[in-house]
Amino acid sequence: MALAVGCRARPGKSRDNKTGSWRVFKPVFDREKCTQCGLCMTLCPEGCVHETEEGFVAPDYTYCKGCGICAEECPGTAIAMKQEEK
Amino acid sequence: MIDKNLELFDCGHRACGGCGAALAARLVTKAAGKDTIVVSATGCMEVFSTPYPETAWKVPWIHSLFENASAVASGIEASLKKQGRTEKVVIMAGDGATFDIGMICISGAFERGHDLTYICYDNEAYMNTGIQRSGATPYDASTTTSPAGKCSFGNKRPKKDMPQILAAHGAPYVATASIAYPADFMQKVEKAINTKGPCYVQVHAPCCTGWGFEGNQTVAIAKLAIETGLWVNFEMVDGKVVKAKKVVRKPVEEYLKTQKRFRHLFKPKRQDAEIAAIQAMADKNAEKYAIDIKLKKE
Ligand SMILES: Cc1ncc(C[n+]2csc(CCOP(=O)(O)OP(=O)(O)O)c2C)c(N)n1
Ligand code: SF4
Ligand code: SF4
Ligand SMILES: [Mg+2]
Repeated sequence: MALAVGCRARPGKSRDNKTGSWRVFKPVFDREKCTQCGLCMTLCPEGCVHETEEGFVAPDYTYCKGCGICAEECPGTAIAMKQEEK
Repeated sequence: MIDKNLELFDCGHRACGGCGAALAARLVTKAAGKDTIVVSATGCMEVFSTPYPETAWKVPWIHSLFENASAVASGIEASLKKQGRTEKVVIMAGDGATFDIGMICISGAFERGHDLTYICYDNEAYMNTGIQRSGATPYDASTTTSPAGKCSFGNKRPKKDMPQILAAHGAPYVATASIAYPADFMQKVEKAINTKGPCYVQVHAPCCTGWGFEGNQTVAIAKLAIETGLWVNFEMVDGKVVKAKKVVRKPVEEYLKTQKRFRHLFKPKRQDAEIAAIQAMADKNAEKYAIDIKLKKE
C-alpha cells in the first residue's frame, strides 16, 4: 500500500468500514412507544442513530454494532434487541 | 452552543461494541465543534479511530507517539498563536498515556501555560495492549499485570489523583466527568476550551472488554460508579473545588459486582475486608467532596 505524505487520510473515511456486519442482536425501534427524547442518539458510541425525515429516530444498520446501549438506556421500552437473521 | 446534530467523529470506527471511549470521542467533538485540532496519544482511541488509511475524525487530527501528545499539542498551539489563528487544540489520551508515560510532557505543557484542553478518557488500564494496570487502575481490580489469585486481590495501589496534580500546576480549570452524564461532560469540555490556559478534563469511560461486562451495560456501570461515590464528578477553578455532583449513595458492591475485574471479591468466597476497604475509599471521597444527599428520616 502506498503511503501519503504524513500518512494523511480523508476525513471520515472510516465509513468504508461497514461495522453493521459485526452485529448479533439488532435494535428494533417501536414508533408507538418512542417519545423522541433523543437519548439513544446521544448515547450511541457509533453515532449511527439519527432523526428520520418523518421526525422519528432510527439506527443506521450499515454501522450499528448491536451493542444494545440504546435499548438499555431508553427511558421507555421503545427499543428491543432481536436476534439478527442474516 | 452545542449542536446536537453535529457529528465530527464518524461511523465505521473499530471500537468494541459498547465502548465508553468511543462515546467520549463523539461527545468531545460535538462539544468542541469544527474549529478544533485533535492530538491523540497511542491507545485504543487512536487505533480504533484511525487504522490507516481510514479515519473516523472529521476535524484535523494528529498522532505521534504514546508519550508526547502534550508536546505535539504545545507546538501546534504555539504555531497557531504565531500565525494569529484561532483554532482550539484538544488532546485526547488514555489513562496510561496520561497518568503514567505522558507525565513529563504534560507537566511541561501545563507549566509553560499553553492554551490547550487535555482530555483523559479513563478506562482504568492499558486496554489496547491487553489490560495492563496503570496509575489509574482502582484498588483490587484484576488486570494482566495485577492478577487476582491465591496471593493477591489484584491491584494493590489506589488511583493516582491526577486532577489534583494538574490543579497544583496552576491549571485554571480542572474537571472530572462521566460518559453517563453526556450533557454535563459536553458542558465541561466547552468550558475547558473557552478557558484560556491549560485545562484538564478526566472522563470515566468504562471498557466492556477490559473490565468484563456486556457492552449494553457501559452507561449503567458508569452511572453506578457515580452513585456509589467511587467516581466523583467535580469542577475545580483556580485550584478550588467549586462544584461536585451530589448523590444518594449506594453500597460499593453494587458497582463491584457488575464487573469481572472484581469477581474475586465475591467468588469463591466473599472478601468482606476488601469490600470494606473499598467502601472506606468511597466514604472518604464523599466526605472530601461533600457529595452525600442526606435523606430525612421517616
Ligand atoms: C513508548 C511506548 N511504549 C509502549 C507502547 C505500547 N502501547 C501502545 S497503546 C498502549 C496502552 C495505552 O493505554 P492507555 O493510554 O490507557 O489507552 P487505552 O488503550 O486504554 O485506551 C501501550 C502500552 C507504545 N506504543 N509506545
Ligand atoms: S445497538 Fe449500539 S450501535 Fe446499534 S444503534 Fe443502539 S447504541 Fe448504536
Ligand atoms: S478494549 Fe475497551 S477501550 Fe478499547 S475499544 Fe474495546 S471497549 Fe473500547
Ligand atoms: Mg486506558
